[in-house]
Amino acid sequence: MKKFLSLTAIVAMLLVTVTGCFGKSDKKTIGLSISTLNNPFFVDLKNGVEEQAEELGFEVIVYDAQDESSKELSNVEDLISKKVDIIIINPTDSDAVGAAVKAANEAKIPVITVDRSASEGDVVTHIASDNVAGGKMAGEYLLELVGENGRVVELEGIPGASATIDRGTGFNEAIKDKLNVVAKQTAEFNREKGLNVMENIIQANEGIVGVFAHNDEMALGALAAIEAAELEGIFVVGFDATDDAVEAVNDGRMAATVAQQPKLMGTMSVDYAKKILNDENVAANIPVSLTLIKAE
Amino acid sequence: MNKVKDFLGKNTALVGLIVLILIITVIDINFIQISNLSNVLRQVSINGLIALGMTFVILTGGIDLSVGSIFALTGAVLTKMLLSGVDPVIAIILTLILGALLGLVNGVLISYGKLQAFIATLGTMTLYRGITRVFMDGRPITGFKSDLVNEIGRGYFLGIPIPTIILIIAIIIVAFILKKTIFGKEVYAVGGNETAARFSAININRVKMKVYTISGFLTTIASIILASRLNSTQPNAGMGYELDAIAAVVLGGTSLAGGRGRVFGTVVGILIIGFLNNGLNILGVTSFYQDVVKGVVILLAVLIDRKK
Repeated sequence: MKKFLSLTAIVAMLLVTVTGCFGKSDKKTIGLSISTLNNPFFVDLKNGVEEQAEELGFEVIVYDAQDESSKELSNVEDLISKKVDIIIINPTDSDAVGAAVKAANEAKIPVITVDRSASEGDVVTHIASDNVAGGKMAGEYLLELVGENGRVVELEGIPGASATIDRGTGFNEAIKDKLNVVAKQTAEFNREKGLNVMENIIQANEGIVGVFAHNDEMALGALAAIEAAELEGIFVVGFDATDDAVEAVNDGRMAATVAQQPKLMGTMSVDYAKKILNDENVAANIPVSLTLIKAE
Repeated sequence: MNKVKDFLGKNTALVGLIVLILIITVIDINFIQISNLSNVLRQVSINGLIALGMTFVILTGGIDLSVGSIFALTGAVLTKMLLSGVDPVIAIILTLILGALLGLVNGVLISYGKLQAFIATLGTMTLYRGITRVFMDGRPITGFKSDLVNEIGRGYFLGIPIPTIILIIAIIIVAFILKKTIFGKEVYAVGGNETAARFSAININRVKMKVYTISGFLTTIASIILASRLNSTQPNAGMGYELDAIAAVVLGGTSLAGGRGRVFGTVVGILIIGFLNNGLNILGVTSFYQDVVKGVVILLAVLIDRKK
């Protein structure tokens, strides 16, 4: 029996420690389901939500789907159980998130999507960067750097995610018939995969002069591969302007990064959550502006 | 009183589960609502089915690391068939056969190929994942329309989610097989002492092939449920599921050395993992701490079990 008691005590202490205080209040609660917290971009987005929620007087509950659709669905179900007033979803996958959005619809809880959209279910508003414009921006700048017919690589994001599709579309629009894309592969928005994929591409291709990665994590992975292979004169353009990438641009190791504003996306989604909870009308799509950060 | 102590002594995991439920309920009453419990029971059905199959495998002293990849590949094949207009009933049957065959391949490699289970299933884990990615071209498959298939993951029968009902039926059948059939006794015998089992004229190769086939089959049922719930399948679906399943089996007191363990233990293990995942969410524990708590709970449970 003693063993059970000690087990109980330890588990109880653990839970209490990690939950901190569990007081209730009358504040409205925002539930945020984030695709992953293993990527600084989404951590910025989450921080934006939390700071703005604090500012405007909302409680906020954050669940991490760890890039897995089934966990995302469970998380949204758990948010519904928690009876939150509004749910902000940053989907892991535009198609698979449909079931989660529908579950919230059934529970009559309004849904906002951020960054990636949902292809099914009723979403009040979708807040995202104008990714097509961003991809175009990156393509035009890379073209300017490497000149016509340069051999370039495109590292794609998670297949099927709307950011992947839109950034790819914008980029390819800008460089069509002007640059020569020698390799186009997915590295799933992941730095380690970016490194591995780029290493393989370097092995297989010669004379690469530019890389466009659909996010900075992959761009930095590619950069690591390029530096390890001691190749020079390859311009790497990323997307998202994470701290690491901006530093790399300032050091002249990366050519540029398209600045999405994840924190702004987070704060805007709370602003719109407030409008929705106040029964104001909001547009179905809210674009968040982008800028290009280049080396001086 | 002694009887109670005796019962508790044999059911550490069950006591742990009850304590867990009590603690979470005390902290947040939302946890114990029917709708939340129903959510948890539906959420655990996927890991539950895989863990049941894993119980057979572990009882023989083996391990099946390929379940996550079988999960992804069978889901992909099912959705592809549905999209190309194959009759849903036929698609489901073919998918189940495929899952059983993928498991059988493991069994053949381990029994006739004389490979260690860890190595054989590590190989097929990578192989099946690779085939899945080739088959799906790295992209999710979505948008199939089939009321029957959708019902499997999303429907209710008498107010109980259908995935939960499937899990309960599977538990009953598995418990029956292990307790009441000759095959069940052979599973324990092979895991307990393979040499002795061989001398008792048990066809060890056949037993091994059967357990991996069962593992593949049950994993495929889980895969069909998830495909139905999400109305889509992802190329990286099921990654890490083998570890959740192994954790459930071990939490339930089944020995990784084989020969010792019960289905009831696995069921409790499944519920502990399910309630822990959901409970930590309900309590608002951030995801990084969730892993810390889960790791500690698994280690504690195993340590306490070892002490007895």
